Amino acid sequence: MSALYRLTVSETRLFFREPMSVFFVLAIPPALLVILGLVPSFGDPIEGLGGLRIIDLYTPIVVAMGITLFALTSLPQQFATYREKGILRRMRTTPVRPAAMLGAQLLLASILSVVTTVVVLAIARLGFDVGLPQQPLSYLAAYLLSALAMFAIGLLVASLSPTGKTAGAVGTVLLFPSLFFAGLWIPRDSMNDVLRTISDFTPLGASVQSLQDAAAGDWPQLLHVAVMLGWVIIAGGLAARYFRWE
Amino acid sequence: MAIIEVDNLVKRYGDHLVLNGVSFTVEQGEIFGILGPNGAGKTTTVECIEGLRTPDSGTVEVCGLDPQRDTTQLPESLGAQLQESELPDKLTVGEAMELHASFYRAPADWRELIEVLNLTGKIGTQFRRLSGGQKQRLSIALALVGNPRVAVLDELTTGLDPQARRDTWDLIESIRDRGTTILMVTHFMEEAERLCDRIAVIDSGRVVALDTPAGLISAVDERQRIRFRPSAPLDHAVLAGLPEVHTVERSGVQLVVTGTGNLLHAVTSVLARHHVVAGDLRVEQTSLDDAFVALTGRSINS
Repeated sequence: MSALYRLTVSETRLFFREPMSVFFVLAIPPALLVILGLVPSFGDPIEGLGGLRIIDLYTPIVVAMGITLFALTSLPQQFATYREKGILRRMRTTPVRPAAMLGAQLLLASILSVVTTVVVLAIARLGFDVGLPQQPLSYLAAYLLSALAMFAIGLLVASLSPTGKTAGAVGTVLLFPSLFFAGLWIPRDSMNDVLRTISDFTPLGASVQSLQDAAAGDWPQLLHVAVMLGWVIIAGGLAARYFRWE
Repeated sequence: MAIIEVDNLVKRYGDHLVLNGVSFTVEQGEIFGILGPNGAGKTTTVECIEGLRTPDSGTVEVCGLDPQRDTTQLPESLGAQLQESELPDKLTVGEAMELHASFYRAPADWRELIEVLNLTGKIGTQFRRLSGGQKQRLSIALALVGNPRVAVLDELTTGLDPQARRDTWDLIESIRDRGTTILMVTHFMEEAERLCDRIAVIDSGRVVALDTPAGLISAVDERQRIRFRPSAPLDHAVLAGLPEVHTVERSGVQLVVTGTGNLLHAVTSVLARHHVVAGDLRVEQTSLDDAFVALTGRSINS
């Protein structure tokens, strides 16, 4: 336990020594929410959405984005780099297993994703009058499943990439379609049926809808829970299957 | 008392037999060298000892532990310095030492250790800003921070300049003097000859010789060699007929005579009798290089 704690502290310190990744991963979601919130028409209720505004639709998208930036860019690149440089191999010669390093990376990503989420929800509530999730428990469950699914995909990228650079590139390539189907460019409610059906089956599409449902006071739909669980099992299983310490 | 016992290790990668029955023992307190050309199986051997690789057959015992089974106890007794193992770019020397010291039950005083390794001035320096020699010294410090009984050093001085290499040798001797047994892999003859108490020469996955450096050299006979430039033409048969002489060869304007016993005296007496003066006379000592060629049939760098 103490090794995991020390590694997490050390990894957090190292994370904050990379200003570019701190900006990319931590600052972009809140900044994006502020920009969207400042578009005047995004604050007007839309017909057919039960009084919801564009900014209400974007809040869960930005929350999901906060998880995804960690899961697809930071985590796989960092882990593949550590493997490439023999850092994990060196750990195998110490009393601490390299699994502790994986644990520290996941813990760091989880903690900072949660921090980003809290900041995003606070800005949305205080700045743009977006209601806090009405079903906190359901919101938490949706958030947890989303994080599990995205981290599993991130670890799969880390497992399959030979180098840190490849992992970073693959993660970035996956990032854009994921965000597209999450509704970053066209919110899910404005997608046509084909796009929305595809979105339903992507991890982030399912995640955004579940967060949105929970924010509105409902439980996530069975389909979306099943989709996220499916990604956890498939991506997680493949990541475990192809995982290498060196 | 043996601290490492390696018995009949076999390891195959696909069709390629990397280790073909490697056996040796390392005694407590010695500097034991594994010498061999690239691809001979040196690194695979130490990786089996470190528990990083599983041999197909054969056994390894380190301080009474089985590297495969006792994966959590072994690192407390064995410190490993790996080939090409880096640290995160922006981790400082002090942070790396403190973090790694915290991994062990009874760590060494890491501040004292980096003082011994002459890194105290670099305590706040990030890994990416260290020179090659400083990275190597940090890597040794990390191998020793758990206060191990055995340190395994793999190709420690590869890529270092000659001065840094000599400094590293002094360092290894001082570590041994502190009571740590050292198992080192090298393909530098000079390094093996200078540092090691005993050497196992590995070639094509087999131990072809195991002895002290002096023992390895003396096992190779007819290894005295005399070179000189004769002042007048000389019939080779005059020298070749001497009982001490084994071969006589011309090399440019020089003659090269190899043999045993009191070779120099025998050759110079004959030359004097024939009124030939030996110019640029040089007697060459047999080196570990010669022993290696005799054992493996090739030079270590070929």
